[in-house]
This record gives sequence, structure tokens and C-alpha cells, in this order.
Amino acid sequence: MAYEPVLVKHVGEPNAYTLDFYLKNQRGYEGLRKALTLKPNDIIEQVKASGLRGRGGAGFPTGLKWQFVLKDTPKPKYICCNADESEPGTFKDHVLMERNPHLLIEGCAISCYAIGAKVAYIYIRGEFYHVQEILEAEIEKAYKAGYLGKNILGSGFDCDVYMHRGAGAYEAGEETALIESLEGKRAQPRIKPPFPAVAGLYQCPTAVNNVETLCNVPLIVLNGPEWFVKIGPEKNGGPKLFCISGHVKRPGVYEASMDTTLRELIYDRAGGMLDDRPLKAIIPGGSSVPLLLPDQLDTPASFDAVQKAGSLLGSAGLIVLDDTVCMVWLAMNLLHFYRHESCGKCTPCREGTDWLLKLLARVERGEGQAKDLELLFGVSNNIVGKTLCAFGDAAATPVLSTMKLFRAEYEAHVREGRCTLPAPWRAAQPMLAAH
Amino acid sequence: MSFHPPMEYSPARFHKSERKLAEPGGEFKYTPENQARFDANVARYPDDQRKSAILYALYLAQNQNGYLTAAAMAHVAQQIRCTPAEVEDVVSYYTMFFTRPVGKYVVNVCRTLSCALRGAERVTQELSEAIGIRPGETDPSRTFTLLEVECLGACDRAPVVMVNDDWHECLAPEQVRAFVEDMRTKGRAAFTGCHLDKEK
Repeated sequence: MAYEPVLVKHVGEPNAYTLDFYLKNQRGYEGLRKALTLKPNDIIEQVKASGLRGRGGAGFPTGLKWQFVLKDTPKPKYICCNADESEPGTFKDHVLMERNPHLLIEGCAISCYAIGAKVAYIYIRGEFYHVQEILEAEIEKAYKAGYLGKNILGSGFDCDVYMHRGAGAYEAGEETALIESLEGKRAQPRIKPPFPAVAGLYQCPTAVNNVETLCNVPLIVLNGPEWFVKIGPEKNGGPKLFCISGHVKRPGVYEASMDTTLRELIYDRAGGMLDDRPLKAIIPGGSSVPLLLPDQLDTPASFDAVQKAGSLLGSAGLIVLDDTVCMVWLAMNLLHFYRHESCGKCTPCREGTDWLLKLLARVERGEGQAKDLELLFGVSNNIVGKTLCAFGDAAATPVLSTMKLFRAEYEAHVREGRCTLPAPWRAAQPMLAAH
Repeated sequence: MSFHPPMEYSPARFHKSERKLAEPGGEFKYTPENQARFDANVARYPDDQRKSAILYALYLAQNQNGYLTAAAMAHVAQQIRCTPAEVEDVVSYYTMFFTRPVGKYVVNVCRTLSCALRGAERVTQELSEAIGIRPGETDPSRTFTLLEVECLGACDRAPVVMVNDDWHECLAPEQVRAFVEDMRTKGRAAFTGCHLDKEK
């Protein structure tokens, strides 16, 4: 049976982002109308029954996250929508917000009602200014139409949704760092516990949810959890967006159920390899996860199956690599990212990413020695598990994963004193600016 | 009386860090329009949480002044009701704030993996040659500032370039020279924007 997209079905149409279009073609705000007739706890139970797992990267059950939000407290509660999409290779929230903003707005309102919050902040990365303009305008329209604001649809429920613009920090995608940034500080993670569900924004109970997660909420309320569970394999239900980039013919965002294999995604949906070159490796879930090899292409793209194959589905950002990619260069490119984005709070990550980049650059230039490879391994293992947030593990992953699967390439760089795979799409001398 | 020898207390003598201090800048105050915008924004947060509006306040100051001077940061501190040090703490963390003058067009080339796989390194090189500056620099006429930035989140339309708040997608290295010329002559009309429905 062909899969019928529900999240991005209309994104190619010119007025897909407007309120009228949403009401006419996507049963817009019917989910909210229905939700307001239910008890808040029933909505949490429905989301739990659906098995919806967080789409931001960790795959934590959303219903459970909401259930943990402290109930008996005089303090206000908050929903924070994580729209700081910055994981390299991920661009699904970008599409959703730009082309289907009302689905997110409706999701925010229902989520607020479910956990008893009156305010949702959408924390959007600073670079998405054009997306923010669209969202601000559409939020305004939702207020005018009575879907936000005071006494929504005559139910007596009040809800405000506000945009909050970040200013260029990958780390703000980590939930406690996002809260810190929202409070007007540097985006650095907090020690957990306490978890945001107990003491989050302004020390109040808070649920931080990814854009795609919240976009699924109106659909669950409207169609019922059974509908959601039926899409895809057990414990990995519901529609999922996959971002496919790199060396494929048709890079883009594709919606599929999670029983779709990586092979189908790359060869059917994204049109196959660019210039029909051979596939060398796949990064299945954004830059922070281990690589998979071509013989693992038949792995279904679900949280559990990809984990079983030795990687993680993460944010479902598939980066496809052909045989021209030098794996030392790849690790260097990604460590440049992690070094730049490390927030500097934990020493192993702040110092470790800098040393990893220096070592990788040395090997890539052809000036590395055999002992540098051991050092790369040692430094990486001194970051993993020794930081407050998952950033440290993520930063060491490109090094550990490429060293494990492509050690021969590292050794060839050292032996021959040069990069053994200089691709034509790379610059002879990469211009690493002083940051 | 003090036995301490007389000392000159000035940044020139005591500021040993490699980091440059913010430029003092001339007197700074929000325009009435920006003041109204700030007041509207700060109302989105609880009354005792004005600091949440700090990023917005800094964007306003930066857009008004071109970059953030010490005077601008002091004004923001006054608006937020915090210390100037707290403002600088925030400014120095986030990459989208500038404490030095930048060009009319700040050209941010995404250099992270997906864009690099499609030629972003060569895009930077071509831009650098076409404008005559290295990444991190501003040309003498203050028309262009060239920066390399990390993943912009539009990897399907690589290589991506962000110019101020505008986007330009699928910029092949071979198109760079014409693109720079277009920016000079056509201004913002040179950019493709975000075209998801564009034929791939």
C-alpha cells in the first residue's frame, strides 16, 4: 500500500502556509476543537497510547514526558517548542514551519491544554528569519480567528504562542540549554536532575518538544492513537520525516513510515546516487551518529532498527556519501563544526574538540604520524560520557566511527603523507577562518 | 596612606586578553520605533523575566547601528535592567552578533558536511577571490563581509549561502562570480530565497 503523507502532503502548493488552505485541506484546527472537549489528562493518555516518540533526536516517548510535568504546583507551566534545528543534515522542521505553520501552532495549543500551560514559546534559530516572518504572520492570523488568545473557541481555555529568536548556537537545541537561552543567558546545558518537567523555564514545570513532534499531536487527537500506531512498525509508529542530503539525485524532505528501508529512501525516494557513483557510507541520523555501510541498506529506518544496526536514527537526517569522500576529511569537517559549536561549559568537550580538530587537520594534510591515530582514539574516549549533555558523545562519534570502519584510510594518510582521496568538489586549500 | 605605587588604571595597560574590547561607539539610544518594538517584545515574558528579551533587544540595536558598540550594549543593559557585563556575556557567546563594523552584505557560506559535499569549500574560495578578502574579513569599501558558518539547515539545497537575513540556494562554485556581480548591481533581488517548490 502506498504511503499517504500527512505532514508534508501539501508543501509543494503555493498557498500551503495560509490559514484558509489549512482549514480547507488539512481539517485545520479540528484537532484543537476536539481536544478542548476532552480532559487534559485524556489527551496525555492518547498521546501515550499512540507511542509518539520525540522527533528531535532522542526518541523519548512524548506522552511520558508530558506526564512527568509536575501537576500540583502553583507555578505556571510552559511548552517550549524546539525549533532550533541545527543538526547537520537536518532540515525537516524548516519545511514544516515554512510550509505548514498552522499544524505547529495547533500542536502548540493542544500541548499547552494537555499539560496545563498557558504559554508556548517557539524557540527558532536565528538564521531562520524568513521562516520566523511567516510564522509570526500566521500566529497573528490564528489569534484573529480565535484559535489562540483568550477563551479559545468558547472553551474558557487561554493560550498564547510566542516566537523567540535565537542567535546562532547549535547547543541551544539541547533542551536545558534552550531554556537557558530563552531566559536570556548563554545557551549552556544545566545539570539534570532536576529535569525541565520539574524545574525548567523560570524554574517552572516545562515540556520541551521538537517541531515535528508537536505537529503530530493534532493528527493523533483527530485520528485517534490507533491510527497512529498502525503506521509503521511496533513502538516506531506514526509518520516520519526523513531529510536526505549529500550525494543523491533528489535531495529533500520525504515523509514515510518507519518500516521503509534506507535503500528505499535513498534509491526510490531520493532518486539514487548522484552520477550513479557507488555508495560508500550513510550517516542515518544527523552528523552526531555512527556511520552505516552499504551492506546495511536494508535496515528499516526506525529508531529501534537503526539502533540495532549500530547507529541511531537521531533527527533522521540522512547524509549519503559516495566513493569520492575521504573519511579523514569528513571527520575533520564535522569536528570543525563541533569545535565551533561546543558551548565551553565542560572541559573534556571544549578542549577535546579543539585537539581532535588539530589532530585531524594534521593527518589530513599528510603530516600525521602513526601515534596520532592512537591519540585521536584516546582524546575521543576522554570526551565520551564525561560531559553534561549529549554533545560530547556526539562530537567524538565522527572520529570513533570513521576510525572503526575506515582505519585503513587514516593509515594510508600517514603512510603516504598526503590525502589519498582528494575529491574534485573540495578546495585544494580549505580556508578555515580564525573563529 | 597607601604603600602601593601609583598605577595607571586603563584598559591599555591591564587588558592582557587577546580578545578586543568592544568599541566605545557614539551615544546610542533606540529610535522611538525600536523602543516600541522592544516594549512589545518584552511583554511576551513574565514581568520579572525581562532578560528573556535580551536577544531581541540586541538584534534591534545591531540593526539600528550596524554592529554592537559598548554604548549600544550599555543601552540594552539599561532596557533589560541588568549589568553591561551580563549583556557582553551574551553577545560574546552567540555568533550572529557583531562587535566590529561589517559590510553591507554579510555573506555567510555554510561549510558543514552536506554543503561541503556539494562544493561549499570551492564556493568560499571563489567568493574570496571574487571579492578579494579572506573569510572573516570585510572589504575596504565595506560592501562585503565574508564568513564561513556552520550548518544552516537547508542541506537539500546545498551549497547554501545566507546574506544578512536573505538566503541563496544551490550556489554552484561556477556561479559565484556572477552572483557577486548581481549583489553589487541588483541588491536583494540577486537572492533566490527559500524555494522549496523549485524544480529539482
